Amino acid sequence: MPEQMTGAEMVIEALIDNGVEHIFGYPGGAALPIYDAMFQQDKVQHILVRHEQGAGHMAEGYARSTGKVGVVLVTSGPGVTNVVTPLTDALGDSIPIIVISAQVSTTLIGTDAFQECDTVGITRSCTKHNYLVKSVNDLARVLHEAFHIASSGRPGPVLVDIPKDVQFAMGTYLGIDEVGPSRHKSYHPATAGDASAIEMAVDLMMRAERPIFYTGGGVINSGPAASERLRELADLTGFPVTSTLMGLGAFPGSSPQWMGMLGMHGTYEANMAMHDCDLMINIGARFDDRITGRIDAFSPGSTKIHVDVDPSSINKNVRIDLPVVGDCGLVLAEMVRVWRSRTNQPRTEAIAPWWKQIAGWRAKNSLGFKNSDTVIKPQHAIRRLYEATRGREVFITTEVGQHQMWAAQHFHFDQPNHWMTSGGLGTMGYGLPAAVGVQVAHPDALVIDIAGEASVQMTMQELSTAMQYRLPIKVFILNNERMGMVRQWQDLLHGGRYAHSYSESLPDFVKLAEAMGAKGIKCDDPAKLDAAIAEMLDHDGPVLFDCLVERHENCLPMIPSGKPHNEMILPDFEEDIGSIIDAKGRQLV
Amino acid sequence: MNAHLLPTGSPYFSVPDTQKPERHTLSVLVDNEPGILARVVGLFSARGYNIDSLTVSETEHEKGLSRITVVTVATPKVLTQIKLQLERLVPVHRVHDLTSEGKSLERELALIKVAGSGEPRAEALRLADAFRAQIVDATTESFVFEVTGKPSKIDSFISLMVPLGLVEVVRTGLAAIARGPEGM
Ligand SMILES: Cc1ncc(C[n+]2csc(CCOP(=O)(O)OP(=O)(O)O)c2C)c(N)n1
Ligand SMILES: [Mg+2]
Repeated sequence: MPEQMTGAEMVIEALIDNGVEHIFGYPGGAALPIYDAMFQQDKVQHILVRHEQGAGHMAEGYARSTGKVGVVLVTSGPGVTNVVTPLTDALGDSIPIIVISAQVSTTLIGTDAFQECDTVGITRSCTKHNYLVKSVNDLARVLHEAFHIASSGRPGPVLVDIPKDVQFAMGTYLGIDEVGPSRHKSYHPATAGDASAIEMAVDLMMRAERPIFYTGGGVINSGPAASERLRELADLTGFPVTSTLMGLGAFPGSSPQWMGMLGMHGTYEANMAMHDCDLMINIGARFDDRITGRIDAFSPGSTKIHVDVDPSSINKNVRIDLPVVGDCGLVLAEMVRVWRSRTNQPRTEAIAPWWKQIAGWRAKNSLGFKNSDTVIKPQHAIRRLYEATRGREVFITTEVGQHQMWAAQHFHFDQPNHWMTSGGLGTMGYGLPAAVGVQVAHPDALVIDIAGEASVQMTMQELSTAMQYRLPIKVFILNNERMGMVRQWQDLLHGGRYAHSYSESLPDFVKLAEAMGAKGIKCDDPAKLDAAIAEMLDHDGPVLFDCLVERHENCLPMIPSGKPHNEMILPDFEEDIGSIIDAKGRQLV
Repeated sequence: MNAHLLPTGSPYFSVPDTQKPERHTLSVLVDNEPGILARVVGLFSARGYNIDSLTVSETEHEKGLSRITVVTVATPKVLTQIKLQLERLVPVHRVHDLTSEGKSLERELALIKVAGSGEPRAEALRLADAFRAQIVDATTESFVFEVTGKPSKIDSFISLMVPLGLVEVVRTGLAAIARGPEGM
């Protein structure tokens, strides 16, 4: 039933209609009418953050761990500019979030009013779409459309800017089914893939001798059914599977067909198999430069199939032989059906030599490292954390740096939506608020942010948010007292001149945790690590764990800048790391 | 096998695009809504594409549709990306590459101010006649000509006016449409 109400009330109504239970936000002058409407209802719970960037990453963590749209509410001006980083982050990783931003009244727009900024202008290039709503009677339609656009096709962030007078104005609210067809008749995201292309893909798969599935975040975005179908298809075919950073968990890390992550810090076997395969089946990944390495030497001998819901991803970086534009889950289901209609046999025998070759590469043990009795090795710390949490429902978020890559390498994921990291943008400060968002969605699960001591300082005030809402997140800091990843690149490229990559004047993390009311734990002794981890896991509340680790550990294996997949630096590397990349390679990032 | 032991090739990730850039006219059908032009132009600047000419106007009022005609210079690979990236924008309905889809008509309008007297003034008038330019404003020492046609025709008319007292020029940019019975 169409109902009369204020714009502010419509916002709440539209959130409820779209199934929103939680919203992350921060008030301010222009947003007060919405806050007032929020105050007078109890269906949508508002989580008060400490900085709007935190709200954005929380919404991302919430979205990625649930498959639902994450929602943020901010005020005009600085509230909006603070949310630009998470918007860009969500665009990079195709995460469905909606930012509702307040704006100064329509009569003040353009007058350089207090806390006015050109919100739609600033956020145009970091959203999938954005709106400025100038009439209250457009509001309901725009909000419903925002949910549709954020969550369909290739998901992404959408911003809706609502001037204060529109929030106060009375108008007619229409429900999702009452608003009529979307104003944007132009928006038709792809769904099912072309049937004949899928048939051809299966033909190629049935003839392949050195095949590999290369999967990405698209499989996660498509929903849990896509991961199910991927597992089924891998089972049916017997092919090896590797994945990008964003795709971890879509295929079980415990499967014998799992090759580990690929790319710059991927495993030797995954990268060598990508290089030498005769058939590459890319499902929902985008040939990012961290994955391909030197592009003119990328997998030179393979036929490439690319399944992607976004046609612009196909042939963007790498030439594709067989594109399939469609939703990963639907295409995978169709591939399973077509494969089944042809045979019940995996290609075990035909690809036995390939698996043998893979076994040879695996024997290199590219994730190996020299452990120590005297100092905690970061890889060891993650492996112990993994062991200590096995069998529990655990969600991992990360910050950005070496610790992120070690987490991707040494923690293993068996389910989709349990690994939250900033891949495309590489945003330090993502992990802690993302963990808060995940914990809001999964109050009883174990949520751990694997952090670096530098990254965590970017958004650590959100620990206070975790305290306020009794969200028992665990922040496991691999403290190398360095911006380790920067330090590693300075060794690789800049003669070991550590320009501003020390984490100097670090806080006492234990006291800092205590100051916020959380628990602090410090550990620097490998012998006490397990007990300290147990203490962290046993504590019913937020914990900041300061794990002092080896300071100069390099994150290996690594494809250095400007090298192809088959030229990795392996952990048995013993020479001067600064001699590997030549002058031209130094110009690359 | 470690990287430093292997022969190095080019250290660059990306293979330079060796294809030759071509000039193409794109017709973009969009919802006529605030910000749509900024979205399209922003996409070109953000991704480093060229805009040689840009024309925008509402074309179907009842449906709220506008047509944007963009002339760009890019390699075939980049042209495909431009089309696909434009189609990702929510308010974009369709993008047609008129240049690669066969025959199309391209027209432009220019207003050209020429000042002078005596023989140059007479010569300007004669040329205007040959180019079927209209005189839309006249004083004793100046004319404003209106000329329409293919951009190349306008280019040559303008260059002929230079020695005859060309003062200034304004051009609309290109309007383009496919030949034949089908619409976009
Ligand atoms: C917001 C932001 N600023 C700068 C960078 C560049 N950067 C990437 S990793 C890194 C160092 C991270 O240090 P830390 O969090 O301690 O992680 P570590 O590498 O030591 O594990 C920096 C500065 C970034 N990714 N994000
Ligand atoms: Mg560090």
